[in-house]
Amino acid sequence: MIRPLRAAAGVLAAGLLALAAAAGGAERLRFADLYQASGVLGVKFSDLAAGLDGKPVVMRGFLAPPLKAEAAFFVLSQKPVSVCPFCQSDADWPMDIVVVYPGSRTDAYRSGSTPVEVSGVLQLGAKLDAATGFLSQIRLVDATVRPE
Amino acid sequence: MHSTILALALTFAALALGVTPADAITIYPIDRAQILAGSRFDLKIEFDGVVGAADAKVTIDGADLSTALGRTATFVERENGVAASALILRDVTLAKPGRYAVVASDGKIVRSVSWEVYATGSRRARNVILFIGDGMAAAHRTAARILTAGITEGKYHGGLAMDAMTNMALLGTAGVDSIITDSANSASAYTTGHKSSVNALGVYADRTPDTLDDPRVETLTSLVKRAANMAVGVVTNTEVEDATPAAMVAHTRRRSDYDPIVGMFHDSGVDVLMGGGAAHFLPKSAPGSRRKDDVDYVAKFRAAGYSIVTTDRELKSATADPATRKLLGLFHPSNMDGVLDRKFLKQGTVTSFPEQPDLVDMVKTALAVLSRHDNGFVLMVESGLIDKYSHPLDWERAVMDTIMLDRAVAAAKEFVATRNDTLILVTADHTHGLSLAGTVDDAVKSPEMRDKVGVYEKAGFPNYPPANDEGYPPRLDVSRRLAIFFSVFPDYYETFRPKLDGPFVPAVVGPDKSYIANDKYKDTPGAVLRVGNLPRSAPQGVHSGEDVVLTATGPGADRVRGFLDNTEVFRIIVDALGLGAPAAQ
Repeated sequence: MIRPLRAAAGVLAAGLLALAAAAGGAERLRFADLYQASGVLGVKFSDLAAGLDGKPVVMRGFLAPPLKAEAAFFVLSQKPVSVCPFCQSDADWPMDIVVVYPGSRTDAYRSGSTPVEVSGVLQLGAKLDAATGFLSQIRLVDATVRPE
Repeated sequence: MHSTILALALTFAALALGVTPADAITIYPIDRAQILAGSRFDLKIEFDGVVGAADAKVTIDGADLSTALGRTATFVERENGVAASALILRDVTLAKPGRYAVVASDGKIVRSVSWEVYATGSRRARNVILFIGDGMAAAHRTAARILTAGITEGKYHGGLAMDAMTNMALLGTAGVDSIITDSANSASAYTTGHKSSVNALGVYADRTPDTLDDPRVETLTSLVKRAANMAVGVVTNTEVEDATPAAMVAHTRRRSDYDPIVGMFHDSGVDVLMGGGAAHFLPKSAPGSRRKDDVDYVAKFRAAGYSIVTTDRELKSATADPATRKLLGLFHPSNMDGVLDRKFLKQGTVTSFPEQPDLVDMVKTALAVLSRHDNGFVLMVESGLIDKYSHPLDWERAVMDTIMLDRAVAAAKEFVATRNDTLILVTADHTHGLSLAGTVDDAVKSPEMRDKVGVYEKAGFPNYPPANDEGYPPRLDVSRRLAIFFSVFPDYYETFRPKLDGPFVPAVVGPDKSYIANDKYKDTPGAVLRVGNLPRSAPQGVHSGEDVVLTATGPGADRVRGFLDNTEVFRIIVDALGLGAPAAQ
């Protein structure tokens, strides 16, 4: 009986932390606000996103589990994720995904078709995930997640 | 001869001892491989365990390998990641047609395979155009004909350009590893003449974890450039790195090796390359890149003399310039949008990328540029989103892209109309399990949509408006529409209606990586939950293993008849081009 209560308390605490982060000055950033120009041969981050690089933000989206067991990250997308069964590589993700590194490792973050809010520190620029080789251009690190 | 007899004797002895030789030693190319005379391939023998170099023996028609081929295979005592030995000899060619008996032994057990090396007649076709409707099943084709031509009293008011061809055959699509293929090994069969395995391109899939070291077979692109100095074009509306277009140049066990595949396109000397997939051409430091290194392939292609275009307008402008002989068209960072979204609904990513060209225009411009080369050309055209939309059970979008494929075929037929020098082939690479059951009639009064499904005489005919000048019905949300259902699916909500607000997403990732019905569609009036018949790990519908239809016209089309294996498509092409004629080797 004790364990579920503790888990519930943990989820509640995480939610409260997220709320606190949101309330504590974290800017709300929408997927639609990430880019100012999206061309075939590259994109340009918006002034808003560039200005928030390295700062706490809150984003709303749909969270998918990592594709590989060793991955320590999740993928936040604008729409619920459905990927090709044969070619589960980064090629099948939408172009504007945000990679989420949670502050503490947990498997509680799976949203399916229910949107979530993710609070974390925004990082822009190419980075290869050391464990998986997954390339990300936008990340939320030290992140917490709560149902919307 | 003595060695062959010895090998056979050893085989029988092994069988008598209960050993299964087929499992113990693997030989690539596989048994019953058909190999174009003079084409290149890698020979690999995989032994079951670690064997001594002196015990690893291979003969071809009884002669030791080094005697038969004039070269010595490399013995690898322990393969990378595998505690077993192998013999590898790369870039083998066999010029003399006939049957070859290949026997491998580790001193204890023996395995033998037989290859057929075939020659061709002299060249009959100047050009070859291979159209692939990715995943196109008979139902796509029938629905496309109904929507584009119309039908009353059981008679169509016209037909498809891909129907009106002189020859037709059914193709078997199975691969080395399975009765079900994906687009990689199926396209690879067309472009190499060899069967392969799911996810593999231009190789026999070996056992080592390295995806780029598998035994290779030569691609059509390499052959026509090497043997006939022909031009090559690859046109798709998916990412150019995707399996079907990549099959023209790639050698990899894993189709998702997009970064290496871009390099393979660059190194192949392909003359015209068009589609989506720009993100893997950009160095990783560029925002929007999906490359894992800092190579700028846009710059490399430009340096190699390619005109680079990213919009419909730029495409037409570059093509109008008679000096354009090499063309790279990248019109989307990922997959391009289908015709329903581009021309009608403006959904998908059309608002972000409004200047994507139509496949028909891409084909016309490719033909114009390739025609500037003196020695003829091979052009592969893929309407790839037929598959991309069939996976998520979005048959309306898939059928509209089938019509688009057909319009592109019509453009190619127009191109060759005044000349009888071009072989046109139109086929699919595999099917999807969808079928036309009747119509859905909103006039039937019932709260349940299933009661509106009319079958047999109650199906009647749909009431789509007549097609526009481009062959597309301007509306799909009509009151009596086609009832098309898929046979294999994850949990999803069936709405019995076209998805006008963007491509269908039937299932989404749920707990524990299992897929659950996307409840976005739950409240669509009349929607019903269809409980899936696939494992819960399946997010979408899957390929099916039925035969695909191949139609053909032009010099060399006479071989298209009856039932053929998919590798025969390659043979038909190289025969029409005379690539195995003595003079071509």
